[in-house]
Amino acid sequence: MKLELRGITKVFGSLVANDHIDLVIEPGEIHALLGENGAGKSTLMNVLYGLYDPDGGEILVDDEPVTFAGPGDAMAAGIGMVHQHFMLVPVFTVAENVALGHEPVRGGGLIDARKARTLVREISDRFGFEVDPGALVEDLPVGVQQRVEIIKALSRDARVLILDEPTAVLTPQETDELIAIMRQLKEAGTSIVFITHKLREVRAVADRITVIRRGKVVGTADPSAPETELASLMVGRSVSLGVEKAPAEAGDATFQVRGLTVMDSVGNAVVDDVDLDVRRGEILVVAGVQGNGQTELTEAILGLVQPVAGTIVLDGRNLVGGGVAKALEAGIGYVPEDRSTDGIIGTFSVEENLVLDLFHSPPFSRGGALDKAAIRANADRRIVEFDVRTQAVTAMAGTLSGGNQQKVVLAREMSRPLRLFIASQPTRGLDVGSIEFVHKRIVEERDNGTPVIIVSTELDEVLALGDRIAVMYRGRVVGVVPGDTDRDVLGLMMAGVPLEEAVAQAAEHHTVLGEADIEAEEEPE
Amino acid sequence: MSAPTTTRTAPAEPRVAALTPISWKLPIALTVLGLVALVFFGIVPAGGHHTTFRISTASDAFQISPVAVPSTATALVLSIVALALAGLSWWAAAGRRRLGVWLPAVFGVLWVLAFLCWAGAGKTIPLTGLLSGALFLSVPLVFGSMSGILCERVGIINIAIEGQLLGGAFLAAVVASLSGSPYLGLVAAPIAGALVGVLLVVFAVRYWVDQIIVGVVLNVLVIGVTNYLFSTVLTNNVGTWNRRTPLPVLAVPGLSEIPVIGPVLFRQTLLVYLLYVAVVILQIYLFRSRWGLRLRAVGEHPKAADTVGINVNRTRIRNTILGGAVAGLGGAFFTVGAGLAFGREMTGGKGYIALAAMILGRWNPIGALFAALLFGFSDNLQTTLGIVGTPIPSQIMLMTPYVVTIFAVAGLVGRVRAPASEGIPYTK
Amino acid sequence: MSDEPTTEARRPGQPVLESKVDEVGRGVLREILESSWVVTLFAVVAALVLGAILIAAADQHVQTTAGYFFARPSDFFNALGSAVGNAYSALFQGAVVNFHGTTFARVIRPITETMTVSTPLIFAGLGIGIGFRAGLFNIGAQGQIILGAILGGWVGFTFHLPVGLHLLLAVVGAAVGGAVWASIAGVLKATTGANEVIVTIMLNNVAVYLIGYLLTTPMLQAPGVNNPISPPTPPSAQYPLLLGSQFRLHLGFVLALLAAVVVWWLMERSTLGLRFRAVGANPHAARTAGMSVAWVTVWVMAIAGALSGLAGSAQVLGTETSGLTAGVAASFGFDAITVALLGRSKPLGTVLAGLLFGGLRAGGFAMQARTGTPIDIVLVVQSFIVLFIAAPPLVRAIFRLPTPGGPTRAQRRAQKRAARAAAQPVTEEVQA
Repeated sequence: MKLELRGITKVFGSLVANDHIDLVIEPGEIHALLGENGAGKSTLMNVLYGLYDPDGGEILVDDEPVTFAGPGDAMAAGIGMVHQHFMLVPVFTVAENVALGHEPVRGGGLIDARKARTLVREISDRFGFEVDPGALVEDLPVGVQQRVEIIKALSRDARVLILDEPTAVLTPQETDELIAIMRQLKEAGTSIVFITHKLREVRAVADRITVIRRGKVVGTADPSAPETELASLMVGRSVSLGVEKAPAEAGDATFQVRGLTVMDSVGNAVVDDVDLDVRRGEILVVAGVQGNGQTELTEAILGLVQPVAGTIVLDGRNLVGGGVAKALEAGIGYVPEDRSTDGIIGTFSVEENLVLDLFHSPPFSRGGALDKAAIRANADRRIVEFDVRTQAVTAMAGTLSGGNQQKVVLAREMSRPLRLFIASQPTRGLDVGSIEFVHKRIVEERDNGTPVIIVSTELDEVLALGDRIAVMYRGRVVGVVPGDTDRDVLGLMMAGVPLEEAVAQAAEHHTVLGEADIEAEEEPE
Repeated sequence: MSAPTTTRTAPAEPRVAALTPISWKLPIALTVLGLVALVFFGIVPAGGHHTTFRISTASDAFQISPVAVPSTATALVLSIVALALAGLSWWAAAGRRRLGVWLPAVFGVLWVLAFLCWAGAGKTIPLTGLLSGALFLSVPLVFGSMSGILCERVGIINIAIEGQLLGGAFLAAVVASLSGSPYLGLVAAPIAGALVGVLLVVFAVRYWVDQIIVGVVLNVLVIGVTNYLFSTVLTNNVGTWNRRTPLPVLAVPGLSEIPVIGPVLFRQTLLVYLLYVAVVILQIYLFRSRWGLRLRAVGEHPKAADTVGINVNRTRIRNTILGGAVAGLGGAFFTVGAGLAFGREMTGGKGYIALAAMILGRWNPIGALFAALLFGFSDNLQTTLGIVGTPIPSQIMLMTPYVVTIFAVAGLVGRVRAPASEGIPYTK
Repeated sequence: MSDEPTTEARRPGQPVLESKVDEVGRGVLREILESSWVVTLFAVVAALVLGAILIAAADQHVQTTAGYFFARPSDFFNALGSAVGNAYSALFQGAVVNFHGTTFARVIRPITETMTVSTPLIFAGLGIGIGFRAGLFNIGAQGQIILGAILGGWVGFTFHLPVGLHLLLAVVGAAVGGAVWASIAGVLKATTGANEVIVTIMLNNVAVYLIGYLLTTPMLQAPGVNNPISPPTPPSAQYPLLLGSQFRLHLGFVLALLAAVVVWWLMERSTLGLRFRAVGANPHAARTAGMSVAWVTVWVMAIAGALSGLAGSAQVLGTETSGLTAGVAASFGFDAITVALLGRSKPLGTVLAGLLFGGLRAGGFAMQARTGTPIDIVLVVQSFIVLFIAAPPLVRAIFRLPTPGGPTRAQRRAQKRAARAAAQPVTEEVQA
């Protein structure tokens, strides 16, 4: 099926998210849509999928103009979409999720459950997915959930499949499997739109590349184009792909975790007997696929969740049982994974957000009364120092862009003497400019002699920032390796393979992305 | 497949449940209650009295003679058995075993019987009357909780059940009185409830007003409107507008002759039979039909539903109105169902109890049915004991269901999971 | 919609001459119309109109004249006008000033009555407002008022203490009673996560039966009386009357205004208030910033309960001193929810909303006595006001008010044109 977008325009208030975008997807091609976060890729695909009404332009299927009033119409036209955040009902079974919206029914409106299961099994077998139709989705690992999403699209005879940032949650090896699936689908005649901001994946899999920047198509490229060229096309200026940092001058290990175990509400060990040491002046990156206990590890360190066993020692003091307030007092700076829910209060002003965990101490309050002037002065200083773009310090924090929200959180957490700095996914969803800024500040904090823990699921970031890397899998630390460890080794460790075995397996064959790494190293700068 | 298949060795399965903190809530609660029964119903009261349980009603074909038991001795035996069950729950908790709901259920029955032995010492307790009255009084609670389930499962919090019941009661009374047919009242009642549902869902879906706020305010509104119309139109001409028009009792031939069960279940009005149908249909269709699947998907993950072409807001609107209609039908209980004329604020907070029944029943029709029956039972027990004469002040008896609900929500029933998206307006 | 045809008729690209003038001239008006106060005003108007419809519909004279509406419509409109006019005039005169009063005291009595009635509404509304801002739905003011009245009243008629100290202790007792009752919900929510909506609703019912029960026991029941009523509150435990014995207005009203000031300082200027607001706005971020959500929950409920308890004191120590009955809380607890909503949970708003609803209630009694219109109409008007307030877009749509922050009409037109122009070349291409 040939799919064409002509002059698609979508406006949100004063923001032009898509500006006259033209795009042609040829039958049976893998078309990469490359652009950094906030470039308008997802908006475009939501327009294509009927979730948004375009303000201008049109969509053509096999050269016939079509209009989609909703996703139902898009699906009927043969368009399927795997969203970045899976659109699966957690408490439903796989079969129910796949059937939802086009349920096979027996008499009286009752669902023909057997038929629904058979359909899932059929598609699953055809592609070797090994998905149990009766399993509850919430019990499945993310990789499998993604396959359920693909089955869902295929069960509706999708001939164009949109994959929105599909590799964000996968290990390099899982990404390889996904790439294999994509190629298999392509051979079967399905066109694929592959949305990403990761240059390597694009080069590995795409037939054609369209680059989007600030809502506009800025060019098309061949997969053989060098990475730096794609990067500068995507960002609009030449960018350095790495982070400039001197080798760590590590001091004493002032932060130690021993035997830490955290249980979830149903009694599974989400952090399982973890030992960690972080030295002054080094960055320890905790790598791993989303949901392998990294979040809970940082939450336990901050005191948000109570561990059932183990000790967390900072400067010789055990923090376990003290709660968040005590941990902050001990000098922990904490940047949470989800900044909009945990980092800032959207309906509070920027100035209030900048003192959210400091307001109870001088100079911001006296005898239980807030000192508004001191709070204002602090805000004026911080927004300059951290380059927070806001109309006023009294503006609601929720109105800021993601990058500026993150800067507010960073400014707050770095505005007092720190004994330990923790940041989870510090650059998720940010544009390249903000990413560079955040990385720079993190390295500066390290150079001040603060022990730093960064949690990241992005291997690029892991490799860019880490002086040492601890890989987590199912709540355990699989191993702690040097910062320059091979991507494939890390990938295998992220799937639970112990270090030695991972090294051996990685030597045997490289993943597509691992190959790209080697190529990049060989390429002259 | 062309790509190399990677070896994925999982080094170890995650440890499960080795260190879960044990919940001692249930064993502690059961033991305390059991000891209360043992001491206050079995040991402290003076012996020598008999409690008589009347099992048959006068109109039964097969008469079973009343059973008289020694009060304290029976209570003693019952509470010891109950304590044994409590012991079993200690054993289960220590070993992290799950025993299911039968244990607290059986415990509850034993405890209530022990209580009845004590409260009815030297008197006669009409057992059948107690049960059929319980079912009768639970009618609005069941309909109300079914309404709550429908609305909350689709993502709309329905605090307005009270208003829907009251509106149903009002319209049922007026239509039945004007037409002279209680059945027309039964037809009209859901319309009133549905109207309240329309207001609720319009404000919730169209204007994104907090659903709890709308619910609370709608309840006040319905009280205001019905009170106003009652003291003007209805009072001015009671004979025309507000006559008593009771629904007749329809005995199911054959079934109604079964001892105990017959008179309780099958000698009721049409409204009660509709209740059976409503619960059964809801239980089946909510979990096995296309309609139910979509409804629940919208309540759990509206965006997911939207992406497969389900119109989220339309689904919410329709089912909330349906929910309102169900509660409205329940409201007919107060007037045509109970054979009374309409009175000011005659629903007396039953809508809130229905809400509690829904939560106790964990958003599940059958569960809510039993929770509602429990409330109906305690309500009727108070009335029955009031007639028989009891050692407990009526206010304390009346208080019980509310206190029980507080304990229940506070965690004795375990962690309950509400539909994930309830109360949150859907925006793209 | 009415401006659609002109827009359609205008060709794209044609300059819009009126727009500049438009913008400047309407700027000020627009600013006024966008403010939330205007929405509030219009919401009240809309609610009064709906109330008027109900009044007219139930009026027998209006019904009769409607029967021959087509024969003589003027009769109908006269009847309509006099039914609604009489009722609302009686309502106004019962709430603000009585034009027919023979003495000055009689003329101004209505407004003092309004203040008296609004006292418990303001107290309880303030407490509920704090709850709302901290993210707690405290539906339990009714029960908290009852408990406050029980304890305040009990201290009042049980002890014999010096003037001043007695009142102080009774007031503190009332606050403690309400606070303890509300804390049950707060503690349960903090420790077990029990939904405060359900728990406070249940506690309301328990409180009703509790006072009913206690009024049959020696603790509350007046000796030698068969009715469920307590002994009267002695003068030493009563709020002093502000305007002498001709009026019921008492010190409680001043205390309520004072409470509003304290609540304002607490919420806007204190660290405690910042915690409350933070937990209400985003409990996750508050937790991450080191605040204890559980601790805040308990405190907010306790403070809200104390304020509701003071509402109880306004009744038992001020307005109704002849003895505590089970009906002491009337429906103040539920009305206070609407007061807090109308006042947008802010202290000043709550005071004004309390006065408005207090006035409706005080005027409602006068209206019922004068024109026979049942006071229940006040409930209807009240709930419509809150519904409208909660949905500003609805009010704006009814009265065609501009949307705040939204584009002006001219901007909207320009935007539409831009979008159409954007789509234009493509369409032409297709047609070609």
